[in-house]
Amino acid sequence: MAAVSAGRGSETTWRDPKKYLWLLGLFVPSFPFLSWGLVEGTGLGVFWWSGMILLFGLFPILDQLIGKDSANPPESVLAWLEEQKYYRWCTYLFLPLQYAGLILGCLVWTSSAYSVADKIGFALTIGVVGGFGINTAHELGHKKDELERWLSKIALAQTAYGHFYIEHNRGHHVRVATPEDPASSRLGETFWAFLPRSVWGSFRSGWELEKARLARTGRGPWTPRNDVVNAWLMTLVLYGALTLGFGPAILPYLLVQAVFGFSLLEVVNYLEHYGLLRQRLDSGRYERCTPRHSWNSNNIASNVLLYHLQRHSDHHANPTRRYQALRHFDEAPELPSGYATMIVLAYFPPLWRRVMDGRVLAHYAGDVTLANIQPSRRSRVLGRYGAAA
Amino acid sequence: MTTYVCPVCDFAYDESVGAPREGFPAGTPWADIPETWCCPDCGVREKPDFEEAK
Repeated sequence: MAAVSAGRGSETTWRDPKKYLWLLGLFVPSFPFLSWGLVEGTGLGVFWWSGMILLFGLFPILDQLIGKDSANPPESVLAWLEEQKYYRWCTYLFLPLQYAGLILGCLVWTSSAYSVADKIGFALTIGVVGGFGINTAHELGHKKDELERWLSKIALAQTAYGHFYIEHNRGHHVRVATPEDPASSRLGETFWAFLPRSVWGSFRSGWELEKARLARTGRGPWTPRNDVVNAWLMTLVLYGALTLGFGPAILPYLLVQAVFGFSLLEVVNYLEHYGLLRQRLDSGRYERCTPRHSWNSNNIASNVLLYHLQRHSDHHANPTRRYQALRHFDEAPELPSGYATMIVLAYFPPLWRRVMDGRVLAHYAGDVTLANIQPSRRSRVLGRYGAAA
Repeated sequence: MTTYVCPVCDFAYDESVGAPREGFPAGTPWADIPETWCCPDCGVREKPDFEEAK
């Protein structure tokens, strides 16, 4: 493999410190194999739950231990860095591992050697892979390359979240940090209130976006040209083929892994824009999305496992930019820790509020009226933070 | 026929080509594109943000 430093001009003197760390993104889709190997090796059923143990136990610790990195690649190498095919392969290889793991899941779910609890644990482990698969799909789906867009939908098939491909790019990115965006969480909104709002709102928005696009071409929505329909068809074909191969006994476990997988995506959505709001301009349009409208984090462990998703401000400024070239911005608000830690906090709303509400308030220099506030809690939030209702 | 370019991701709308997938057949003038239409590639710039290609 050619060294990253082999290039022209300043590329010759700059080396990407994270280059080989990106391979760790493939650690997650290998969880099912690790899990199965540990169970077979030790005889301990607890290892079926490896995905949960790693996600909620090991990763937050790694975020604390490994620390942060705010270094950016020099401006002059960005275009060159984006063209390096090595980084693309790191994401493409996620997919075969992801689906090999799902097949291993079907083998375990249909085996009489394991208990129902074991099988549920393994479904959650596979759901963790499916959730990270949505992140891989996210990276691929933003690109202009047709192959990558296609791979994005394939990665989403496991969690039945194909509409994300449309809703995220044409819905969330357009309306981010506004009350109209189902995937931007509001100050005072708990994760448990956000979850159904975002799942249903994103589903409906994706459908409406494709319906409107097809209407402009003179077609109705029920056509395979509809990117929401064809992405869901992939799930239907996948689940249908697995059911034919392994029998209907796998269906409850498929459901468990899909729901847990897309709920992981949604908890990450919850972190990314909590309470942040773009102001309306006199023209009636919202101000442009700036680095101040996304929460960021430089914790290395979470960043490496999620392809720099935590450098979220640059992602929203330049959505088609490839992960290896995303930059840290000093003016962007910072989460107190990496996503791995923050998702655990999000599950416990009083803890989340204690850690985050003050940060939202500080971000707006004490003026809570500038925040995106949950309408049902508006008077309570305004009262608590000293603004007139 | 004029071309308009997204300032973020360089997506180009060429009036002679249109954007058939978006519902704008070849020859659709820029004036007929709705103001709220957003860049189909990056999604973060809308029609009023596009710049005329030189």
